[in-house]
Amino acid sequence: MRKIYYRDAVREALDEEMARDPMVMMIGEDVGPNGGTWKANLGLWEKYGDLRMKDSPISESGIVGMGVGMALTGMRPIVEIMFSDFMLVAMDQIANQMAKITYMSGGQRGVPMVIRTTIGLGRASAAQHSQCLNSLLAYFPGLKVAVPSDAYTAKGLLKTAIRDNAPVVVVEHRMQYSQQFDMPDDADKNLLLPFGKAKIMREGTDLTIVATSTMVGKSLTVAEHMAKDGVNIEVIDPRTIKPFDYETVARSVKKTGKLLVVDEGNTSFGISGEIGFGIMKDVFYDLEAPMMRVCAPDVPLPFSPVLEKLVVPNENMILEAVKKLV
Amino acid sequence: MKDKEMARSMYASMYRIRRFEEEVFEFYKRGLMPGLAHLYIGEEAVAVGACAAIRPDDYIGSTHRGHGHLVARGADTKRMMAEILGKKTGYCGGKGGSMHIMDMSLGILGANGIVGGGIPIATGAGYSCKYRNTDQVVLCFFGDGASNEGTFHESINMAAAWDLPVVYIIENNQYGITVDINRVTKEHDLAKRAIGYGIDGYTIDGNEVETVYETVSKAVSKARSGGGPSIVECKTYRQHGHNGGDPGNYRAPGELEHWKERDPLKLFRAKKYLTDEEIAEIEKSVDEEIRQACEYAVESPYPEESDLMTGIFCE
Repeated sequence: MRKIYYRDAVREALDEEMARDPMVMMIGEDVGPNGGTWKANLGLWEKYGDLRMKDSPISESGIVGMGVGMALTGMRPIVEIMFSDFMLVAMDQIANQMAKITYMSGGQRGVPMVIRTTIGLGRASAAQHSQCLNSLLAYFPGLKVAVPSDAYTAKGLLKTAIRDNAPVVVVEHRMQYSQQFDMPDDADKNLLLPFGKAKIMREGTDLTIVATSTMVGKSLTVAEHMAKDGVNIEVIDPRTIKPFDYETVARSVKKTGKLLVVDEGNTSFGISGEIGFGIMKDVFYDLEAPMMRVCAPDVPLPFSPVLEKLVVPNENMILEAVKKLV
Repeated sequence: MKDKEMARSMYASMYRIRRFEEEVFEFYKRGLMPGLAHLYIGEEAVAVGACAAIRPDDYIGSTHRGHGHLVARGADTKRMMAEILGKKTGYCGGKGGSMHIMDMSLGILGANGIVGGGIPIATGAGYSCKYRNTDQVVLCFFGDGASNEGTFHESINMAAAWDLPVVYIIENNQYGITVDINRVTKEHDLAKRAIGYGIDGYTIDGNEVETVYETVSKAVSKARSGGGPSIVECKTYRQHGHNGGDPGNYRAPGELEHWKERDPLKLFRAKKYLTDEEIAEIEKSVDEEIRQACEYAVESPYPEESDLMTGIFCE
């Protein structure tokens, strides 16, 4: 076991995949000599050169579309979109082009490209530099959406994404780049975490929590706290929300009889509703309480830290929901 | 015109597009073609002149009005027509239709239903040519309408900054659906925008196939040798409405008649590169090819229910 910063885990994934496959490159704003806004590719411009670590102008539609063109012609581009919010500028290229070209062409061609982007409430960045659009992305057939929750999954999911023949959006969390995590010794250059396979982070019998991204860590903290009171919580990290591992979640809820979904996205029309409905047919007769969720309220993210902290799901909000359920 | 062989090939290609589109319109009117028919009739010289200027291993990016580009690039008219009728034997198994035909074996990156949507994709293919260190080039076709989309600016700016081997071909057919380009754009010669990107721009007669061929050849040769992108604006005219159901009532009186006098096939025949007998021979052979394409499309089966959920991913 070694300690590693999340940003360095991302860099390891990029470095290893670029070294392995000369067709892997990255394009985005500030990814060149600056090493990326999140410093997650520091040193790679020097190592791989300007053509493979390409600073782009501020042209989100342009660079996503360029990625599609590269992917159709033998390359495996990684497009960095600094904030999820900026993907909305490029939505035609993401939703109409990148996601659909394979199906529209009758399955002639995959679009092996990755968009690396970030979410991250909690830094007073207001409504256009923080929001979580994971459920919006997952809506489009043809796209895969990976949501790492720590350094290990940040590395392992990104590497799988780069090798996938479908377009994948990997949603990193900007509050984690400077955090240290444990990295198992076997998480080397062959680390490839499968898509559509959830990880049971903590086994339990009384309640199932499905959490994404940073909410996994927060939920585990709550689970440990509740264990002292004899409440045994199972925490599941789905790792990818598209494809989603309904089976693992359903099996868990059949066992515990209770589900709490914790997600940084908005409450309505987000992934919580989909998870609940997606497993309903399997767990309906096993449920001992209504499903619950702790998500961001349906409001554009406010600027003032006083207001913002009311929006970001935290341990207390999770604890409160857990207590209602058990 | 270089030689007789080229004249034959260019006329055959223009005539093939014309006949193909006439049959598409027939299917449309008879209710046999599902969806929309964006016809290329009147613009044939652009696709044919431009595609004659590239190599088999090059790429083209197309548009919603894309049948002409695909036929000029050598796509199989049988599989095209089958796709347009929504048949399983079509290029995309009936899943894409008229606006989404792709054939990567011919370097056709795909038609595109979003105006301006294909411009960055073609530009990415240009980046790929440079990245892979090949001397391939990309022809990126789009209309005057797309020239006012943001992707036009974003893409050409990057292609110019990085000397990408892309030739941007604006088919200025004068209309975005019903709106005259001159009512929504101050500078009517769209290739002048090239100045702002620091690249070459040409505004040419898009109904003269030789002019298109010569100009695009010059731009291709520059792109292939590392000289970067160019814009070639081909002034042309859409003889039909925006789609099959549009009678084109917004046209000025006499406008259509004027452009029919300048029909690209008619202009070509008047040059007398080919004798009347040679023309007749080409037309007879193409008529038969198109007849077979229609027959193939009509007789082909529709997709099955089991095809619905396949091909979302290509593993």
